[in-house]
Amino acid sequence: MAWFMLPVDLLFRYLGLHINVWLTLLFGFLFLPHILGVSFGIHQYYTRTLLSIFKWATLQMELSAKEKNQQLYKHYTRGIIAKTPGSTLQQEFEDLQQSTLLSLEPRFELSDVFFFCRKALESIVDDDVTKCFSAQELESWNLLKRSNRNFRYLSLKLLALWVLGVLIRYGVLLPFRVTVAVTGISLFIVLSTMVGFLPKTNYLSDKVHWMGYRLCVGSLTGIITYHNRENKPKNDGICVANHTTPIDGIILANDLCYSLVGQLHGGLLGMIQRAMVTSSSHIWFERAEVKDRHLVCFKREGMRNTFLTNLQIISFTGSCVNNTSVMMFRKGSFEIGCTIYPAAIKYDPHFGDAFWDSSKFGLVGYLVRMMSSWAIVCSVWYLPPMRRKEGEDAVQFANRVKAAIAAQAGLVDLIWDAGLKRTKVKDAFKEEEQQLYSKILMGGHEDQNRCKHTEGGCPEGDKDK
Amino acid sequence: MFLISVSAAHLLRLYERFQFLDKDNRGHLRPEDFEAVLELSENPIGDRIVEAFFKPGQETVDFPSFVRVLAHFRPTEKNRNRDKGQPDPANSRTRKLKFAFRLYDRDRDGKISRAELLQVLREMLGMQVTEEQLQSIAERAIQEADLDKDGAISFDEFRKVGPLELGSAFILLTVRHLNDEVSSLSYWRSG
Repeated sequence: MAWFMLPVDLLFRYLGLHINVWLTLLFGFLFLPHILGVSFGIHQYYTRTLLSIFKWATLQMELSAKEKNQQLYKHYTRGIIAKTPGSTLQQEFEDLQQSTLLSLEPRFELSDVFFFCRKALESIVDDDVTKCFSAQELESWNLLKRSNRNFRYLSLKLLALWVLGVLIRYGVLLPFRVTVAVTGISLFIVLSTMVGFLPKTNYLSDKVHWMGYRLCVGSLTGIITYHNRENKPKNDGICVANHTTPIDGIILANDLCYSLVGQLHGGLLGMIQRAMVTSSSHIWFERAEVKDRHLVCFKREGMRNTFLTNLQIISFTGSCVNNTSVMMFRKGSFEIGCTIYPAAIKYDPHFGDAFWDSSKFGLVGYLVRMMSSWAIVCSVWYLPPMRRKEGEDAVQFANRVKAAIAAQAGLVDLIWDAGLKRTKVKDAFKEEEQQLYSKILMGGHEDQNRCKHTEGGCPEGDKDK
Repeated sequence: MFLISVSAAHLLRLYERFQFLDKDNRGHLRPEDFEAVLELSENPIGDRIVEAFFKPGQETVDFPSFVRVLAHFRPTEKNRNRDKGQPDPANSRTRKLKFAFRLYDRDRDGKISRAELLQVLREMLGMQVTEEQLQSIAERAIQEADLDKDGAISFDEFRKVGPLELGSAFILLTVRHLNDEVSSLSYWRSG
């Protein structure tokens, strides 16, 4: 049996060594830099290497797919529906009716129903709104099984690479990150409560907050690039950003200390929120209270007047969307009348998808996914401050801000209210379609009616369109 | 609108869509599941389209039937060899027209009655037109299409009125090959 014990013995010794090495690395590379705010620049090499590996992997898959003479599954298959871009109801009907050669002016045909029919089927197969709410899929593969469906085309090389990737991510990166996160959060809660007992100075509480945020970002290996720092929010305004994930707040707060406005959660998150309140000022409210917008505004007014230095208020408006579109912002933040500092956040999905599909997995599942991705890479752009113009109401102002954010981040600007994800569409939309169609028909019909009343025929081709 | 080649990738895409609609993971869809498609609620005849997926009397639709309905909307091949022995593919002109016919003919008696036509018109136009206008449109449509003067439009009469090329542009596998792909698909997913 002795020969059997030897490898086990070696293993244990290796592990013991391993743990020591691990702890030193952890301390040296993760804690200290984050606590002190120093960075080594390793991240860039990391991302560049990863990107070149991903490109190679995708190329391999395409080659093997070509061998099998099939197409790769790409989520952006707009090829499944060939929609005519930018066609209006009017154009479609004219096209449809030209082929019948029956009359020159638009009027009801039995085939008119085909138009609505086709639109309905197109939306059943693929509609713009629900696409926003499912995670974005990539054209090139990033070695995460969850973001690719072309698994059939894996060659042996790729499979080996993928297994290696899994081992690294779950065996090395995940434990590192979990340790950092746990330590970071506990440190933060403890220090924050302690600072709460001291007289309220901004300096200490800022430091504690910064440390906390940096550790959190580090635990996710967040690589954040801030652009246009000269537009950073100053003390007198509200910072508004597009909301993709729960970590948007952490990403923004990594750069500057904010007072946050948000919904109060239960559990661990609630504990953190409560700890934050002890050392600096934030507003947490219940979801039901949001209906009473006056209450929220009043609270914010109070905040603004009492604490004038070093505090800004972030309000995140709208529900989570998957970072390809910006939904309608809620009015509340824009009614107050102070300066708005828009910020646009855009995630790079190549290294890890930060989108939280709350119908698929809960918070813990989400965190595990995040921590086992390669990295969370995002860019933050600070936009120049905006104020409400004369004669502009809150909704128009909100839309203006939203358009600016969408333009900066390269996102699609949708008019759908994100609340639609949870509630039914209003009949108003249906009426609009009916109105459009009736205008087309009735326009033609008025000519016909006039013709009926006059004696004799009416001149052909006499349309007033 | 132009042809795009068919592949298992597209079928997989549709399967994902099916799964997305099937929120409770039952393996089949019910009429309520289609409400998840927000743009459908905005369509005046949305409810009729949803009905078209379900065979008369059935409350559920499974994936092959789902695809079969969608397969109607492949662009019609212009120069298809008309083999006498083989059944019409789903995307033939006849099949498409039949699909559209059934949108009007809800009670499936083979004829579009005036009442049924009025119903569809009312759905498409809503409150935007008066009752008289509606009646006159329906009257004219029936007069033009109804060749045997029985006051209703049969399928043959409907065919003559329909346009030469339906404006639809889906690409899917033909129904003939459907079963093979579906069975191989389910094997792959469970494996």
